[in-house]
Amino acid sequence: MAFQVSLGENAAAVASDTKIELKNVNFFYGGFQGLRDISLKIPEKQVTAFIGPSGCGKSTLLRTLNRMYSLYPGQRAEGEILFNGENVLDPKHDLNALRGAIGMVFQKPTPFPMSIYDNIAFGVKLYESLSKSEMDDRVEWALNKAALWNEAKDKLTQSGLSLSGGQQQRLCIARGIAVKPEVLLLDEPTSALDPISTARIEELVSELRKDYTIVIVTHNMQQAARVSQHTAYMYLGELIEFTPTAQIFVKPKDRRTEDYITGRFG
Amino acid sequence: MSSKALAANPIYKRRLWVNRFNMTMSFLTMAIGMTFLIWILITLFGKGFAAFGTALFTQMTPPPGAEGGLANAIFGSIMIVGAAIFIATPIGIMTGIYLAEVGRDNRIAKLTRFINDILLSAPSIVIGLFVYAVIVAQLKHYSGWAGAVALAIIAVPVVVRTTETMLLLVPNSMREAAVALGAPQWRVVTMVTLRAVKGGVVTGVLLALARISGETAPLLFTALNNQFWSTDMSAPMANLPVVIFQFAMSPYEEWQQLAWGGALLITLAVLVLNIIARVLFRQKSN
Repeated sequence: MAFQVSLGENAAAVASDTKIELKNVNFFYGGFQGLRDISLKIPEKQVTAFIGPSGCGKSTLLRTLNRMYSLYPGQRAEGEILFNGENVLDPKHDLNALRGAIGMVFQKPTPFPMSIYDNIAFGVKLYESLSKSEMDDRVEWALNKAALWNEAKDKLTQSGLSLSGGQQQRLCIARGIAVKPEVLLLDEPTSALDPISTARIEELVSELRKDYTIVIVTHNMQQAARVSQHTAYMYLGELIEFTPTAQIFVKPKDRRTEDYITGRFG
Repeated sequence: MSSKALAANPIYKRRLWVNRFNMTMSFLTMAIGMTFLIWILITLFGKGFAAFGTALFTQMTPPPGAEGGLANAIFGSIMIVGAAIFIATPIGIMTGIYLAEVGRDNRIAKLTRFINDILLSAPSIVIGLFVYAVIVAQLKHYSGWAGAVALAIIAVPVVVRTTETMLLLVPNSMREAAVALGAPQWRVVTMVTLRAVKGGVVTGVLLALARISGETAPLLFTALNNQFWSTDMSAPMANLPVVIFQFAMSPYEEWQQLAWGGALLITLAVLVLNIIARVLFRQKSN
């Protein structure tokens, strides 16, 4: 029996320029190969979803895009990831600048131990020196973008930890947006949240796509179907299929993709 | 199984008795520990409280057979311990940061951790002798600074250990989140991880302060003692532990009385420090 996935209006893919291009990327955790020969083009100002069973490499792939893995000795990537014409994997690449251009939101909300205001100002201060009123504007702008302004405007001086889980995650998104990156990476951003918070984040993702290129990792296929225009299905470190979302859920090309999205395994 | 049947069940009954036995034993051992602690406090209060008065804080340590106070020793202790903490805190915190955030499991970090563990358990008399050989014997005179250095050497490993332990409690996701914004490492540490555990780090410093404020052996070889009021850290300096040691061992009643007063004073100071540390820590966890 086929498992039906309802496609959102978002699913229709539009032709678009490539923002990030991966060419033959391999990734190693010490001796274990986590990614095998991945090549794909992430389109600009659209939402690209990575789906697949646990351990398939979707988060690993996401973490190569901003070189997050560089924090850990023993993890390394080979191949090429072209972002604005430069190879991100080049050891000489300026990592802080790269991460300023490619923001990231994690599975668990990670507000910093400071006020809501300072949580957002922290990133901004790394790149710009703004006056107090300019910073106020930026904080309001970012919180508005993340649909958190109305809930947070009266407690900007309170600790970020005083917010609920869903609010914390939106704070993290606001923090990421505030530095005005070009790309936003979302690593299972709703897996720790309740359904209402999840819906809000999904709305937000659809909204943010107008200005940002978004890559989202999710283990929830319906979420991929609702928010993304392109979906990559990964399995055991390989990219099995990468097509417009409308196509992958209706008419997958690969048998393995079909088995996964119809719920036969995974 | 009904509760009646359960009460007759031999396995259940045995478990019940084992539980009672263990609870009783753990209560008794706790009571033994508390007894000694309370006994110490009662003795200190009983013998030391009589020495408490304005003279204790305003007059100098007296010659044998005369009345006096501990003003010079109290001041000397504050100066020496304060200088020691002033030296030890930055070294200890920065070493802790290196171990937890930078070195992690590399060779230098492992070696540092090993040496720090040895220092943590080194007998304080050995550290006193070391400072005597390195500073006092070279300069040919005892000094408050030598005492401060000896106490700092005792305090550093305590601060290193607590700072590292606290920083390791910060989840990696917090570090990653800061790094993902493009923050350089020093910003990640100062603005995010250290800030997340600042209550714990301050507690570590206060505990180190409490630890060194009663150390006697390292001061015997370094700061020595001084019968008069002195603010010169480069000269021998009076301090509570050495005065207590000297006066308590003496046959003069006035001296013995002052020794009890000094002992009570140190105990109260340590108690207050611990309470401050706890209050700080509680605010942190809320």
